[in-house]
Amino acid sequence: MAAKFQGVDFYQTDSLLSEEERAVRDTVREWVDEHLMPVIGDAYVAGTFPKQLIPGMAELGLFGANLPEEYGCAGLNNVAYGLIMQELERGDSGVRSFASVQGALVMYPIYTFGSDEQKKRWLPAMASGKVIGCFGLTEPDFGSNPAGMITVARETKDGWVLNGAKMWITNGSTAQVAIIWAKTGTLDDADSIRGFIVPTDAKGFSAKDQKGKLSLRASDTSELVLQDVPVPRDALLPKSGGLKSPLMCLTAARYGIAWGAVGAAMACYDEAVSYAKQRVMFGKPIGGFQLQQARLAEMLTEITKAQLLCVQLGRLKDDGKSTPQQVSLAKRNNVSMATDVAREARRLLGANGILAEYQAMRHLANLESVYTYEGTHDVHTLILGQEITGISAFS
Amino acid sequence: MKIAVCIKRVADSEARVKIAADGKRLDEAGVKFGINPYDEFAVEEALRRKETAGAGEVVVFSLGPAAAQETIRTALAMGADRGILLQTDAVPADGFETAKALAAELKDGGGGWDLILFGKMAIDDYNHQVGPMVAELLGLPCVTAVAHLEIDGAKGVAEREIEGGIEVVEFPLPAVITADKGLNEPRYPALKGIMAAKRKPLETKPVQLGAGSVEILSLALPPDRKEGKIVGEGAAAVPELVRLLREEAKVL
Repeated sequence: MAAKFQGVDFYQTDSLLSEEERAVRDTVREWVDEHLMPVIGDAYVAGTFPKQLIPGMAELGLFGANLPEEYGCAGLNNVAYGLIMQELERGDSGVRSFASVQGALVMYPIYTFGSDEQKKRWLPAMASGKVIGCFGLTEPDFGSNPAGMITVARETKDGWVLNGAKMWITNGSTAQVAIIWAKTGTLDDADSIRGFIVPTDAKGFSAKDQKGKLSLRASDTSELVLQDVPVPRDALLPKSGGLKSPLMCLTAARYGIAWGAVGAAMACYDEAVSYAKQRVMFGKPIGGFQLQQARLAEMLTEITKAQLLCVQLGRLKDDGKSTPQQVSLAKRNNVSMATDVAREARRLLGANGILAEYQAMRHLANLESVYTYEGTHDVHTLILGQEITGISAFS
Repeated sequence: MKIAVCIKRVADSEARVKIAADGKRLDEAGVKFGINPYDEFAVEEALRRKETAGAGEVVVFSLGPAAAQETIRTALAMGADRGILLQTDAVPADGFETAKALAAELKDGGGGWDLILFGKMAIDDYNHQVGPMVAELLGLPCVTAVAHLEIDGAKGVAEREIEGGIEVVEFPLPAVITADKGLNEPRYPALKGIMAAKRKPLETKPVQLGAGSVEILSLALPPDRKEGKIVGEGAAAVPELVRLLREEAKVL
């Protein structure tokens, strides 16, 4: 097995973390070294999510870790939660995505918009990994523009009937439960969007894995079809209302992604440094050449900036002061940064950099998805543009 | 079962250590510290014994600087009930001083331990001393480097992996056991455990230790390994390899 991951900490950012936060980070780091790293390369090439890791992740308490203990969760603060995402994505973006979806996109909306009965029924089961969830917002023709969705829910005398299709749904084929966002009013009424808890074995619900992905290969991505799916009245998340509800979920998940990207970047930097010191060309380690040193200096600089961004964003979030726009800035910057770091690391590794035995190209390919999902880089640019100017570029 | 586990804060086994300017200590700046790996087996064993018994208490002891509280909290996060730190900035090189302080503390409060567990050695000094010394000071039987443990009432059976075989030892409780690798698979401190550890009692008691009769004169890093030599490839290289092993390396 490769050496234990030591992290990247040029600016003593560790000193900004509490003892518990570091303990959480170190536990997840060790778990990733021992359980994820040995299997991820093969899982990626095979195009399968390493499902056997789910019980271990649940036992550690990685699912919905920032939700309260009364629901079987770890009750961590948002910085500790972010560090979990960082460490998981140091392993692989697909595995971090799995945890993000379970926690921030399924458990979080049930916790935030659900009734007491819904919380008691679903949250402990999801924290323990016995129930896996997926989040159905994006549709084949409505990605960056979710307000345009055409999935509808119609009230019947004993519940609701859902019709529509969802696409790019992480965990879709694995999940036992889906949070489905649908319009309860007319198609031009985005305010009528509500969330529903839909068991995936409901009549008329089908999930099919999307094939041919060259990115996030160790993650299941599915298309969901809902054809006259009947659900009981209490499937509705009572406190959900309007597009704002799913967007709140996305803000929660994007927050974790901002941290996760730092993890992927650190993995690539770490690999690049060790390779640069060992690989000898023209009679000396390639780390002794100026071009490679420039690459490494740039990587370290950008990672360090992103780390500081995350810690401060986490502290703001814990104080209830963070804004969705701040989360957009962090997601946008950090994922773009990580993509650049992964690309440069891959190049530094020369021909070896294209092999699954090394990490850089896997991370690079993954990060292209992370760059695109949860609000594309461009969408976050426009969110910031609107924040700065007060003028929306969307409408 | 009432079980004591004595643990030590040591530099992480993969930390790149530097020697301090005085040449007698590690430079601790930037070095990650944690629980001595053999002590993790001891903590895990204590937790399993308590879980099997269905009742009892696991108390963790450590002797070291204030920062060793963090090491104790790792054990609390794994599931130990409470911790006691014998606080001193200078951990003496003589294990007997540490053993005396720990033995006094273990006797304090009435003792009554069914088991006292240690790691078989600390990975920073490789001394293998403190466990057996504490046993001697407390007048208890001691089995070292235990790789398998069975407890049945007031009797225990331990297996020790010795050169070329396994030695089986029977002993009466209470006893001191030092844990070897393979005794168990230590659990991760789960996130809920890390949060719970904050609320568990951790007592700090300052201790004054004697200098002991052992002094560290100097520390040195191992010399750099010389670069390897590639003799050739395939079967054709074998005669030359054998010649070099015989004549240069002198290992054949």
